[in-house]
Amino acid sequence: MVTVLNKFMMSNNRENKIGKEKEKKRTSRDVKIETKNLNLWFSKNHVLKNINLKISDKKVTAIIGPSGCGKTTLIRSFNRMVDLDGARVEGEVLLDGENIYNYGTNVVALREKIGMVFQKPNPFPMSIYDNVAYGPRIHRVSDDTNLDKVVEESLRHAALWGEVEDRLNANAYELSGGQQQRLCIARALAINPDVLLMDEPCSALDPIATAKIEDLIWELKEKIAVIIVTHNMQQAARVSQFTAFMYLGELIEYDKTKKIFETPKEERTKDYVTGKFG
Amino acid sequence: MMESKTELPTVRKRVGLGEIIFSIPTLLILAAFFLILGVIVYYGAPVISWNFLTGTPGFTMLYGEPFGPNFLYSEPFNLQILPYGGILPMIFGTLALVSGAIGIAVPLGVLSAVYLNEYLKEGLFKSFINQVIGNLAGVPSIVFGIFAFTFFSKQLDFGVSLLSGWFVLGFMALPIIIKSTEEALKAIPRGFREASLALGATKWETITSVVLPVATPGISTGIILGIGRIAGETAAILFAASIFYQSSLYPTNVFQPVMALTYHLYYEATSSPFAGINRPYEFGTALVLLGIVLLFSIIAIYIRTKSQKKRKGW
Amino acid sequence: MDLIGRLRKVFRNLPVDVLTRPAPSVDVLQLRGKEYLRRFFSPEGFTGVCALSSFIITILILFFLIQQSLPILQEMGYGQYALPLLSGLGYGDYAWILNNGNIVTGLINFVTGSTWYPKYLSFGILPLIAGTLVVVGGAMLIAVPIGIFSAIHLSEYCPLKIKNIIKPIIELLAGIPSVVYGFVGLIFLVPWLAGVFSLRSGQTALAGSIILSIMILPTIVTISEDAISAVPKEYKEASLALGATHFQTVWKVLLPAAISGITASIILAVGRALGETMAVLMVCGGVANMPPLSLQMFFTSVKPMTAAIAAEMGETAVGSVHYSALFGVGLVLFGITYLVNFIADLINSRFKKKFGRAR
Repeated sequence: MVTVLNKFMMSNNRENKIGKEKEKKRTSRDVKIETKNLNLWFSKNHVLKNINLKISDKKVTAIIGPSGCGKTTLIRSFNRMVDLDGARVEGEVLLDGENIYNYGTNVVALREKIGMVFQKPNPFPMSIYDNVAYGPRIHRVSDDTNLDKVVEESLRHAALWGEVEDRLNANAYELSGGQQQRLCIARALAINPDVLLMDEPCSALDPIATAKIEDLIWELKEKIAVIIVTHNMQQAARVSQFTAFMYLGELIEYDKTKKIFETPKEERTKDYVTGKFG
Repeated sequence: MMESKTELPTVRKRVGLGEIIFSIPTLLILAAFFLILGVIVYYGAPVISWNFLTGTPGFTMLYGEPFGPNFLYSEPFNLQILPYGGILPMIFGTLALVSGAIGIAVPLGVLSAVYLNEYLKEGLFKSFINQVIGNLAGVPSIVFGIFAFTFFSKQLDFGVSLLSGWFVLGFMALPIIIKSTEEALKAIPRGFREASLALGATKWETITSVVLPVATPGISTGIILGIGRIAGETAAILFAASIFYQSSLYPTNVFQPVMALTYHLYYEATSSPFAGINRPYEFGTALVLLGIVLLFSIIAIYIRTKSQKKRKGW
Repeated sequence: MDLIGRLRKVFRNLPVDVLTRPAPSVDVLQLRGKEYLRRFFSPEGFTGVCALSSFIITILILFFLIQQSLPILQEMGYGQYALPLLSGLGYGDYAWILNNGNIVTGLINFVTGSTWYPKYLSFGILPLIAGTLVVVGGAMLIAVPIGIFSAIHLSEYCPLKIKNIIKPIIELLAGIPSVVYGFVGLIFLVPWLAGVFSLRSGQTALAGSIILSIMILPTIVTISEDAISAVPKEYKEASLALGATHFQTVWKVLLPAAISGITASIILAVGRALGETMAVLMVCGGVANMPPLSLQMFFTSVKPMTAAIAAEMGETAVGSVHYSALFGVGLVLFGITYLVNFIADLINSRFKKKFGRAR
């Protein structure tokens, strides 16, 4: 009965994708996500102040800054997850040149293009296979053999296949914390996104798991844009090519990672990366 | 296994005065429970037999005037009627009432709870609706009973019928189902919904593919609690649905009245031609009713404890 | 950009299909007319209509209660002796001629009239209200102390393993149907009371109170126990660290901290007790006289409101004055339970404001 209800009520317009132009070859010189004078409020709280940022495709961009500076809110604004938090947005966020905050934007299709990994691993209480297959099933990947292939590919990209290939039907909670997080990454990769947003993905994990995920990010940058929010400056330095430093809702400085950490332009950036405040 | 354990000096826990005094009330409550249960089992168990459970009721006149055209209008003081036989139609009747009522209450209740928990924002309207639901839960069952009579039986002209019983019992179970579904939905961490939405599912897909399946144990607990409550309900069906005896023993269409265990017990025990004549019969009926209701309660408690253990993994 | 190009851009951005498009965020964007329509014809609207059902049911109940009790209220607008007088003169069947009385005065007369004697068209429900109050009051007197102390025992003194067995048993107690309670009360409690107190009949308010107290105990115990367990253990540890005994800690620290939860449980129990029908019907005796204002009230036979409706409705002609009067009793019951619920909500929300969490 649920499927009947679903067919009756479900939105069908997944074809109305954003950026309908023909498939161009994506290079790392393209600007994937661009924000123009982005301002965001939670009730009276002005959380993001005039953010102007250009994120490149096929690069890893790190967003650093002290707690509460708006990093998480910023990346959540890229796939319109801030809608769930009741935010008011002014300004534009362009994905491949189109403003995603236009009236009439197909948010569901948007989230197909942008994947997200959260701070605390949150696999669904289903089997490993079902977790990874969830996204493709929703977007109606055709048949079972195709689905198997997609699941296997995603798990390989997430460097988890070797550890779970013999127990795909086991419950996701039987995995360790690091494995669960990689499962979440696989789940996000399964829908073939162009951008991967990662909100402090390693903060709940031990150093070994963290290292594995950092290797993973390094490999991912060949194919997609990765935006990672992190508290850990050494991680940002290791993993990213571009870094944005935020403070109290403002984008203070955005440049190549090497420049940010070695020769920052702003005083506040220098203070933060040298550890004067955290 | 025991030998290798190191012997630690044990400190014996002194049973304080508080413990003794405070345990008395609990013991009283437990005593009440076992007394009631015990008495019914003791007097009712001898009556339970295959015939009793599967037979049909019959009545014989003990003494008094024979059945005749004036039977109902004369008031014979020495009329006594002995009921005997089985209670199968009543069991069927109760089950019929419950199934239909749950069929109304569950879709309505689960969808309402989904709306209240997943879609509706906090605010004046939400607290108003919550108050309304709490109020509905507290309405006395007899008020439901007379409402059912005047609305379903008279206004909508269903008459004294199974259909009326379905609606009124469904309405009574509705708040229970809404509340327990809401609890089950609230217990699901926000992360699941966010992860699903971030993967590009719509809200409704998230609800049907992730949230509701995970909430199923909680919802089932609520449903079973609701069943327990309405299976034992008398006052609500007193005027709108139940009948003491009808010759067509099994409900063949929904516009017929229905024989229910609860009403049967009440009428048996208190109405003058029957009262007190066949106490064992009454005890048997009470035992069957109690058994059914307690069975459902135990199942609900079992499901709840099992799912609470599973939830630790989150 | 030329006109064609601009038009093309506009058409590309037009919503393709209003009704099946997935929902863009409505917090970020402004709500426009079409938005409401689309939201209504979506899962949100469908489930929203379901959620309204509770409201609709409540309104229906209220409507029919009022509709059916209007006659008696109007007739009693002429005073509580108007109908009995009419009946005494032999014109009882013409009660409808009094149908234009003031409803409000009618209601007041209805509620304050001290004689309930349907045979002579005397419909003052004060005896019924008094009956309810006596039975429920007695039940609370018994159940509240036992319930609270039992809750204290379970949360503070009882070993966990035993508690996990006792709590489900108490919940089972709550599940027992009220007819069964009434039945057991009728067969065992009533004769026993008659024996102990040398009464002619054991069907008294006391019997009702005892049975009712057993029925509401699970409510008081489970909710109070939750409230006491929910007190942060820091309070308890602080008190014990200061040298207080366990008993003193319970009495002076835990109970006051849990007081709002306990109060909530008591109010909920009162609500349940007020609405209880079958058990009190079977054991209270059903004599609609005003109970005396002394301890003797527990030993008299009473007729609570719920029992009155249940007992008399069966023999009442539909549409008669008596019928309407019984609906009036139902209306009063509905009002009382609504009030109790309202007070409980008020306490809950005040507590939420103070402490940021319910209870």
